[in-house]
Amino acid sequence: MDRILTALQEIVGERYVSNQPEELWFYSRDPGLTHPQPPDYVVVPKTPEQVQRIVQLANENKVAVVPMGNGMALTGLVVPRRGGIVIDMKRMNRILEVNEKARYVVVEGGTSQGMLKAHLERHYPHLRHSIPDAPPVTTIAANVALHGQGRLTQQYGFNSDMVTGLEVVLPTGEICHIGSCCMSPYWFSKGPTMPDLSGLFLGWLGTTGIFTKVGLKLYPRKKFRDVDVFVTDRDDLVHDIVLKVTHTEMIEDLTIWFQPKPLMFKGNNHITIYTTGDTEEEIEFKRRLLWKTLQEYIDSKDGGFMSIVPAMKPTFMEMPQRGIAAFADVPKGGGFEYSGPITLIEQFPLFARKIKELGAKYQVVYAGTARVIDVGHVMMMGISYAFNRADPDMMERARRALHEAAEYSMELGGIPWKPNVEEQKLAMEKIEPNTLKLMKMVKDNLDPNGIMNPGNWEVR
Amino acid sequence: MQHADIVHRCFRCGYCKFPLEYQDFNCPPYRQYGFDTYAAGGRMWLMNAWLNKEIKTSERLAHILYTCVACGNCKEQCVYKFKDFLLDIFIEAKSEMVLEGMVPPPVRDLFKAVSLSGNPYKAPQEERGRWAEGTGIQEYAGQEYLFYVGCAGSFDEIGQKMARSVGALLVEAGLSLGIMGPDETCDGNDVKAMGETWLFKELAKNNISKFNERRIKRVITLDPHAFNAFRHDYAQLGSLIETWHYSEILAGLVKEKALPVTGLKAKVTYHDPCYLGRYNQIYNAPRQVLRSIPGLELVEMERNGVNSFCCGGGGGNFFTDLLGVGEDSAARVRVREARETGADILAVACPLCARMLTDALKAEELDSDMEVVDIAEIVRRAR
Repeated sequence: MDRILTALQEIVGERYVSNQPEELWFYSRDPGLTHPQPPDYVVVPKTPEQVQRIVQLANENKVAVVPMGNGMALTGLVVPRRGGIVIDMKRMNRILEVNEKARYVVVEGGTSQGMLKAHLERHYPHLRHSIPDAPPVTTIAANVALHGQGRLTQQYGFNSDMVTGLEVVLPTGEICHIGSCCMSPYWFSKGPTMPDLSGLFLGWLGTTGIFTKVGLKLYPRKKFRDVDVFVTDRDDLVHDIVLKVTHTEMIEDLTIWFQPKPLMFKGNNHITIYTTGDTEEEIEFKRRLLWKTLQEYIDSKDGGFMSIVPAMKPTFMEMPQRGIAAFADVPKGGGFEYSGPITLIEQFPLFARKIKELGAKYQVVYAGTARVIDVGHVMMMGISYAFNRADPDMMERARRALHEAAEYSMELGGIPWKPNVEEQKLAMEKIEPNTLKLMKMVKDNLDPNGIMNPGNWEVR
Repeated sequence: MQHADIVHRCFRCGYCKFPLEYQDFNCPPYRQYGFDTYAAGGRMWLMNAWLNKEIKTSERLAHILYTCVACGNCKEQCVYKFKDFLLDIFIEAKSEMVLEGMVPPPVRDLFKAVSLSGNPYKAPQEERGRWAEGTGIQEYAGQEYLFYVGCAGSFDEIGQKMARSVGALLVEAGLSLGIMGPDETCDGNDVKAMGETWLFKELAKNNISKFNERRIKRVITLDPHAFNAFRHDYAQLGSLIETWHYSEILAGLVKEKALPVTGLKAKVTYHDPCYLGRYNQIYNAPRQVLRSIPGLELVEMERNGVNSFCCGGGGGNFFTDLLGVGEDSAARVRVREARETGADILAVACPLCARMLTDALKAEELDSDMEVVDIAEIVRRAR
């Protein structure tokens, strides 16, 4: 009997370990375009102590460990590039504490966005978290580990900025608390006013530790929420519009999207603007201000508000938006992947042109989305191409389109979000040597045996 | 596989794991095993790999396929246009397993029992009508309705009790009905769900033939599984019978004030059976019956109606028990959820749910706080 398998079975129980071909095949890939690499084992632990023992076992035996939420980054970040143990965290899904007065929540490392949303809606209907539009099974921990975004990102920054504390299993097996929770029963700060050690883990894509608990800020949930969609066919006006709308400091979320299908959307940029309020008067006031702000574009006939028919409204209002996952089936093939550079909003016209150009060049269906971050500070430019999983040629074309898009975004000075390994290489070619050296020092010290999600952020 | 051209289109986004509001995982085998391979998306991806010969037929693959309880949650929650075919695809995959002779031993044993004995219990057919002894319910001889109780109603102790409650109540309400007794045979619904389509068709043809011979036109079923088979699959095979689940009949009797009740002081939560709810959209009839009882407080579990969590007994698992035991087993999760409502009665409308949830209450040591009672028995207690 395999010694590692036996040890894993002792840690989590026989039912929750597999080295069977079915799990090894499935966990060798994500729904994106990364080429598969099989793990040797898959485990589904239930407690931080089990995760700790798994990591200790892996470290002692120099076996790779890959933590996994639901793999919805789509960029192969959970593909075990050196085999080893994939740890599917989703059984660790308890919501441990909601501090209603201090407005934070502490969840286990596999808690899904959907479960937290449901829990808050039921028990704390006046509070909410920044839920992304990824499917609800994606996890809070994975989202913050890659500096994810959500519905409140326009107001409060990246979701990782909302972290209030972490419990991390280090690559050497110690359990470490980051933030106020390291010296206090309260999880209200991830660092400040002390040294902010969360930077050793957030954005490292699971290469410096495994999050077994996450503290996260909660925000007021207003009683009313509404949506307007402002449409313009002029790419060059989008940045001005965004600046003017965010200047009001009256909106919840702002995304810009363009896509060729269905035909009614082709050729236009759709600026979706959400407003919230505790009274109908409040929301009406905000919307009036918004309309006044954009009146000049209506007068110049450069834009106008789209009429949202009642049947369409639930699609805009739902969180997360199911229609985003449905994009995968546009070519009737169950796949899409997107590159998501973080970049200046003023570059929107350049990206809009490039996305369409690459779609035509590689004959793949595109969708462009931009989410405004932190009151117009920057945007995440989502460059999406759908593909048919049964068509290897189309998959290769989508892969090339995405790679070219990533190169382009870095040429323009953008930085990659949730980069795949190729994008990480491109980034590391651009990163200054001393910064790379610092990254290597951090990584080598935290993970001397190089077991944590190897192949990612691997500074040579 | 008929729908082989669809299998690769699953994105494995995971909406299928949840109910509409995302409170908890709503796929029983996924809740139990925790590997993505045990969820609907995982099965779709594995089937694609299987069709492409990237993985082989194996015991593990069979286990993954046969722990599916066919509850239909995935079909309700999937975001793709092909979602209506999901359950057909899973049945088709199991049919391939049947053809390859790779079904798990408990499934093989069940097919054999049904094939040889006409029921999964391997019980003699002549004992089939014994549940009705002393109830006054007669053998069918031209009455208006056939009361079809199915295998669990005939042979499972809790199912028999339920059959007696329902039968007695219908008789008390003045309905003209009879049973087939020893001549009743398995409806085959779960045999079909396990991919034995040939055996299912034989059972269906045999039952249809018996219905025709006895000139049976109208059937009331105890079991939502039989109800589903009769209403949909038998109709496709030429059956002309009209079928109702007993909860629909009770709701009609309540509406017509043909079931006078004095009242019952109880806090009750109702568990939707998958084959009544998601498969046939009958959510209101059982609730109408319960709401008609003075003093009875009906409270809903967090997951109810179309978002209900299966008891784990569907897809043949009631008999094969492939889903397994433990605190994450579907029935135990469900009774904990029921108890959270503060109810002292967990109302059911399916003999399989009744057995699964009764056993789970004991396993959770909640049987002194709560009891599982079918809605007919609740009505009888209120009379």
